[in-house]
Amino acid sequence: MASNSSSTAQQRLRIIAGHLQKRPEDEHPSVAAQECKAETSRSNPSSATPVPKRRQEIMKWNGWGYSDSRFLFNKKGQAEFTGKRYRLSGLILPSLKDWFEGTFGANLQHKSPATPTVNLSAVAPPDLNEPFVEDLKAAGVAMSHDPEDRVFRAHGHCLHEIFALREGRIGRVPDMVVWPSCHKDVEKIVELACKHNVCLIPYGGGTSVSSALECPREETRSIVSLDTSQMNRILWIDEKNLTAHVEAGIIGQDLERQLNERGYCTGHEPDSMEFSSLGGWVATRASGMKKNIYGNIEELVVHIKMVTPRGVIEKSCLGPRMSTGPDIHHFILGSEGTLGVVTEVTLKIRPIPEYQKYGSVVFPNFQQGVACLREVARQRCAPASIRLMDNEQFQFGHALKPQVSSIFTSFLDGLKKFYITKFKGFDPHHLCVATLLFEGDRGKVLQHEKQVYDIAAKFGIHYKKHLCVCVQDLGMDYYVIGESFETSVPWDRVLDLCRNVKERIVRECKERGVQFPPLSTCRVTQTYDAGACVYFYFAFNYRGLSDPVHVYEQVEHAAREEILANGGSLSHHHGVGKLRKEWMKESVSGVGLGMLKSVKEYVDPQNVFGNRNLL
Amino acid sequence: MASRALYSPRHPMLKKRDGFEDILEERRRSSDLRYALRCYTPTLYKGLVPCKASMLKSIVLQSDHLQYVIKQVSSESGDRTECVAEEASLILDEMAHRLQLSTVRFFAFMLNKAFKRLFRSVCVNEEGIQRLQQAVQEHPVVLLPSHRSYMDFLMMSYLLYMYDLPLPVIAAGMDFMSMKFVGEMLRMSGAFFIRRSFGGDKLYWAVFSEYVKTMLRNGYAPIEFFLEGTRSRTCKSLTPKTGLLNIVMEPFFKGELFDVNLVPVSISYERILEESLYARELLGIPKPKESTSGLLKARRVLSEDYGSMYVYFGHPVSVRSLTEGKITRSQYNLLPRYDTCNQPRSECFALKAYIIHTKHLNVFLSQQGFKGFCFPFGEPCLSSSRTLGGQAWRSARRQFFSGLVDFTNHKAICVLDDVYNCFNFLRNMFSNEFILCPGDSVQDFEEACYLLMKRGVLQVSEHEIVMSASGHSTLAFLSSVLDPFLQGYQVVSRYLCEETNENLTEKEFIPAVRNFALKLILAGRLKCYEALSSDLQKNALAAFLRLKGVRKVKVGDQVTLKVNKIAVNSLEDTLGKSDVISYQNSWCSSMAMFEIAI
Repeated sequence: MASNSSSTAQQRLRIIAGHLQKRPEDEHPSVAAQECKAETSRSNPSSATPVPKRRQEIMKWNGWGYSDSRFLFNKKGQAEFTGKRYRLSGLILPSLKDWFEGTFGANLQHKSPATPTVNLSAVAPPDLNEPFVEDLKAAGVAMSHDPEDRVFRAHGHCLHEIFALREGRIGRVPDMVVWPSCHKDVEKIVELACKHNVCLIPYGGGTSVSSALECPREETRSIVSLDTSQMNRILWIDEKNLTAHVEAGIIGQDLERQLNERGYCTGHEPDSMEFSSLGGWVATRASGMKKNIYGNIEELVVHIKMVTPRGVIEKSCLGPRMSTGPDIHHFILGSEGTLGVVTEVTLKIRPIPEYQKYGSVVFPNFQQGVACLREVARQRCAPASIRLMDNEQFQFGHALKPQVSSIFTSFLDGLKKFYITKFKGFDPHHLCVATLLFEGDRGKVLQHEKQVYDIAAKFGIHYKKHLCVCVQDLGMDYYVIGESFETSVPWDRVLDLCRNVKERIVRECKERGVQFPPLSTCRVTQTYDAGACVYFYFAFNYRGLSDPVHVYEQVEHAAREEILANGGSLSHHHGVGKLRKEWMKESVSGVGLGMLKSVKEYVDPQNVFGNRNLL
Repeated sequence: MASRALYSPRHPMLKKRDGFEDILEERRRSSDLRYALRCYTPTLYKGLVPCKASMLKSIVLQSDHLQYVIKQVSSESGDRTECVAEEASLILDEMAHRLQLSTVRFFAFMLNKAFKRLFRSVCVNEEGIQRLQQAVQEHPVVLLPSHRSYMDFLMMSYLLYMYDLPLPVIAAGMDFMSMKFVGEMLRMSGAFFIRRSFGGDKLYWAVFSEYVKTMLRNGYAPIEFFLEGTRSRTCKSLTPKTGLLNIVMEPFFKGELFDVNLVPVSISYERILEESLYARELLGIPKPKESTSGLLKARRVLSEDYGSMYVYFGHPVSVRSLTEGKITRSQYNLLPRYDTCNQPRSECFALKAYIIHTKHLNVFLSQQGFKGFCFPFGEPCLSSSRTLGGQAWRSARRQFFSGLVDFTNHKAICVLDDVYNCFNFLRNMFSNEFILCPGDSVQDFEEACYLLMKRGVLQVSEHEIVMSASGHSTLAFLSSVLDPFLQGYQVVSRYLCEETNENLTEKEFIPAVRNFALKLILAGRLKCYEALSSDLQKNALAAFLRLKGVRKVKVGDQVTLKVNKIAVNSLEDTLGKSDVISYQNSWCSSMAMFEIAI
């Protein structure tokens, strides 16, 4: 490779550093791009500090993740992932550029850089409720009305929110941020909010993708963002019952790391776990990658404590299951901050698994892949995680492959490619890949692995390789915007839904004047007895469009309609927020919506928790 | 033929404007054999699941839906599942096509010879072919040709072969199958045979619908339906068989396909091969049974000149856009996917699709001229049309196809509501005669008013309709178009009032009405020969049944008709009011279907 010979000593050092960080259980020499998010928590002590109040100091204010970690195209036009936090960090990704240009028709000459810093003059001055502020001061709760703090908490990670920030457009932002440090503080804040009639919006990790954190435009009261990040302690661990009592503001990776130090884990690993908070998981009914072993959040929680305008709601014991009428936890799970603030949660914990093993299976086409996942689900032998990517994502995964470090690995890669495409006759434009993660004690994992690969052998071939995805911000630097959305759907509709939604996206883009065919791809990320969770990724090159975000929203809207028409759900785990509110009635029926409304009516008659999500 | 003189001079211009290409021209210059053996590489559907005709059968038999119906039928009838499955397999054998390229090549050779002798030219719109080529690649295609002659079927396959398009599979009536040898030939050129009626037979319906849907889902081949079900004897469009359209739309409703393209095709003849047969049939002489010997006897048609033939491939109609916002596909979400019995019917959309389909044909006809449209008995409309200017005439054309024309009083100024009521009455009366979408009457009325206004025939204000002086000729023509129907229906109602006795059976009805009409004509009291047409008589009876003028009573094996003379009389009166004094009246015509193409 030409780039190889010309690479500097510094790059070599970085590559070596990257290799040194490799996990021991990762046996294969060519396995390169590892699941980046899942890994940080274990191999990277540098991110050990909990989230500071001034998050903007370490995180991007207008994109995903840490300020020092990002994709960029270097001067030679090669893609590079910066920072030291991830395994991919510091590596050169030579094929990314071609993929990027080929897929989107984007050109590296055409840049659409973001506004470098917050334009503070665009932030409206805070509309403070003075008596509330006074009382709060007296109570000794930390607060701020610094514009940067406020702007940071005015958005989640919806495309339109980030795009507006990049262009320096700032809408309604909270008038003030408060940082309670414990359950008592929250009680005080909620009480004062009721007394002085201010609007509270709970803020956890800020990773919402449903416009849930947006301040409602019609809100006339003073808006207070209640940042739970300082409530981040593990209060106790009960090794007898394998439970942990944790403050809800803790960020996923911190929780996992601290538990790991004690020899435990929760096993809850949503893709956003680096930044999302425990309270946020509860409030949106989150789902973790390894739910097959550990369960989704609703199966993980044993006890929830939530502060509402009516008072504190909680159960009286830690019994594992109760028959005491409808489970009150289910009013809280998925309430999206409309009823109160989750302050403390008792979670199930598990000992850290002795052995982990990654693997992949390559299928000749997506249909075979889905058939295999369905069979695995039918036999109820799904590994901790099993995800099926379609062909477009497979190609993207390839583009993320770092520069090959030796002739030997490149030779091995070539050999593998030859085996799959020539020997097995898989068409590279149709083949797709499933990634698997096995976890548990060694003997059982090996046994389990064999069972799964026996099934898989009927549909495809076993192949080792691993991938990771997070390039939204990079895309935005070059006129490409995109996002993901998800649904859950019965097994027999998975294929039809995937095909129709992907096609609808392409069609809608064309109709709305998008000049290059969009990237429209999907993956099956979770399997259940009766269906699967499907994730769609969609991105396009917006050069030549006057209002790309509007186009994006229209296309996403159409895609959601298509999902619903094809028997998919409104959301599997992202939640409804304000983005998908319009379909709530259709999704849960008028009576269902009425039930939820009457709960809200009783719990929060003043609409103090006025983020207007869900209902 | 009178029409020929009228249209022939328009040819050169037409050809240019519509991009019609005479395909025979080239054929006359080159070898038929080489043509039949040429390399055939059709454009294919992008989502094609390659499969052979034999595989198709096992896919159909294994399908969830058919398996479900088999179990249902077996539990209802008490037969063993295997027997029912065997029966299904036999039905499928009887039905299935065995498309073979070699047979198609043979046909291509023969048809070349035949067409060259029969027709002066066969004109096809190339643009339509290109559109079809596009459509075929994107989504599964359903071809909906009009049906005037046996030729249609052969012509379609011949053309698609010629333009390197995938060969269609064609739903054909069972009567063809009984033709020795020819039936099998047709089967091998892509025809699959269905019984003329199988309403009650659950298993048959399941096999048939699954067969069609499987071919559609796999993108096996374009599917060709003659929606009218049977050849139109009068050249007027017939009310469609919507069941077939329902079947092809279902995979879309259930999300199994992203979209389905319906491609209307209009085939029109200057002179139809079967024209004398049709006239006889309408006068009550039964249709000869399809047979190979009959076909051989019909050889003599080869020596006659049938003028030109026009094939117009319309714009593909996407089922998705057709039903957008009108049907909630999510209603299928709560049922298992194999279950098609409990599903909401989509007939209305089928009908809409069909109306759009006819619209395309009509637009085409209006551009092309009057070709292909003629009553077998005399041509009152044609003769009167000759006096009209081209523009007005074309508009009249459009109005006519919509079918409904409405008269009120003599006055040049009429009250809008009266006109509407009258319009509504006629629309109701003639709904068997013309293709109308139920419930669209207000919309149709407004559209008709709009079109007539645009032509300068009428001025419509909030409450009144004023007829303009220049509109006379148009109105005169329009009324003359509807006149035969008015008179025909009146004859039927007069017969029902005056001549019927207590036990008139349904079978006797048509011959009796025919005799009655014949008497009137011979006596010089009726000038309108259309009243003799059995089609019209059947439709009239259906209308009277619907409007409760007549009811059916089953006595033993026979169905007798009981006439409510008062009701029939009042219907006749209303018809009569609209009759005699036609010209000076204001008109309105319904037309959900036409936008002006020109």
